[in-house]
Amino acid sequence: MNILVLSGSNAGNKTRTATTLLKEKLKAQYSGETINYINLQDVDLPFADGRNYLDYGGDATDVLTTIMDADVIFIGSPIFQASMPAALKNIFDLLPQNALEGKTVSMLITAGSDKHFLIPEYNYKPVLSYLKANIVPRYVFILDTNFIEGELQGDDVHLRLDRLIDDTMVLSETFKEVTAKKEAQFGF
Amino acid sequence: MENKNPHVMPEIDRSKGMEIGLYSLGEHMPNPHTGELIPASRRLKEIVEAAKMAEDAGLDVFQVGESHQEHFVSQAHLVLLSAVAQATSKIKISSGSTIISTSDPVRVFEDASTIDLLSDGRMEVVAGRASRVGLYELLGYSLNDYEALFEEKFELFLKINENKTVNWNGEFRAPLKDAQVIPRPENNEEGLPIWRAVGGSLASAQKAGRIGVPMYQAHLGGPAEAFKSRIDLYRQTAFENGFDPDNLPVATAGFLYIRENMMDAYREYYPHINEGMKLSNGQGFPKEAFAQGQDVKSVINVGSPEHIVEKILYQHEMFNHDRYIAQIDFGGVSIDNVKRTIDLLGEKVVPEVKKYTKQTKGE
Repeated sequence: MNILVLSGSNAGNKTRTATTLLKEKLKAQYSGETINYINLQDVDLPFADGRNYLDYGGDATDVLTTIMDADVIFIGSPIFQASMPAALKNIFDLLPQNALEGKTVSMLITAGSDKHFLIPEYNYKPVLSYLKANIVPRYVFILDTNFIEGELQGDDVHLRLDRLIDDTMVLSETFKEVTAKKEAQFGF
Repeated sequence: MENKNPHVMPEIDRSKGMEIGLYSLGEHMPNPHTGELIPASRRLKEIVEAAKMAEDAGLDVFQVGESHQEHFVSQAHLVLLSAVAQATSKIKISSGSTIISTSDPVRVFEDASTIDLLSDGRMEVVAGRASRVGLYELLGYSLNDYEALFEEKFELFLKINENKTVNWNGEFRAPLKDAQVIPRPENNEEGLPIWRAVGGSLASAQKAGRIGVPMYQAHLGGPAEAFKSRIDLYRQTAFENGFDPDNLPVATAGFLYIRENMMDAYREYYPHINEGMKLSNGQGFPKEAFAQGQDVKSVINVGSPEHIVEKILYQHEMFNHDRYIAQIDFGGVSIDNVKRTIDLLGEKVVPEVKKYTKQTKGE
């Protein structure tokens, strides 16, 4: 199993803090799996211009290849202007059509306002669906009041992150079984 | 239909049925069944070998496309085609595609015309734009000019092909003043049949129709019906621009693999397509989409000889195309397996397809 945690913001600390914690939890629970972590603050990506992802070179091809090779992707993201940050949308633009087919994708969202709770439903899920991701229905929504002295605090949010991991990993296994069953019917 | 088409048309005798040929993009990839990667020298020679087999099996066309990316050996595709010309004597030879956007049309004409003379008039060119774009940087062009480069170079290429003396000014190449581009093919028009390669874009099919050049359309998968709209638009646009669509050839191209037992064909070819696409495009080919080839309505021509005959005839009914070009060697297929496909194609598919697609004048 190839797991990727993608911190989808080019600014601030909260998404990075949350995704780092999630990565540590994954490492503790799934030490036998490959776990990659990409923070968009650490890479230099061009804007998408429609070419094949292998043709960008540099960080872009590295990041995109890691995404294409993943079986499971946890996307961390803040909400900007009631929608996904441009840096994250750019990732989706850089990917080819159907890029997330066969991949299980879940989200943890950091936001300054609970008015934004449904933004992932309205704004993120349609894009993930278009890319053919198997989307984990529930996401974790974290308010900035959960960050105290640079750390994610509160039992509730920890339990919700644990559950996100369980939901995602179980769904991923299940989708793999479904795919295997379907492909077995093809007879080749 | 007063408007005379200024372009050089391929000679396709429809009274003999539709033409069937092969194309290779010259991938150089490991055989996914064995993991073996043959040396580039052997791969190149095997492409020439396949052309000879195609000729012996009575196929009409052998085509090689240009690619500059990793896992391919067809960078100098016209050089390779010249070896094909030397090794064969009857089969038509075509490039497919020549990436005209990043080439000098003068040099392409000189090379292709030379192959035409060496092969006694068998050469054709399919001009395209490339789906992978590493070659733009490699050859010193900007990807921002992707569309403009193709349109300008394609137009110049046609102009050179149709005029012994050329005066031309453009953005991406030095001007030509009373230029005589030689050698000239030794046919009545002293030019080469040139096709426009059309990918997924309706606009490109429309442009081909607007100027009345033959259209070449490649497809990977999906229902045949989905590709009909582009061919219809091409013919409709040609008609609106004063060209007789009946005199405008259409060619289609796609995956083909034949085995006596349908499922053997799927078992053998799928890993080549899936692993090959991962190397060439960074994304495998969904098994589900490939499996749909078992339905006559899908354009993936993989299966038993009878199934393939039925499929090509179904596609012909839908497209009324003049030529079908099969890609049988994608992703490291061994030369022995290429030969098996060619044998079955020549013995069991071509005669049947030709029998049912013969057309008499006025039909």
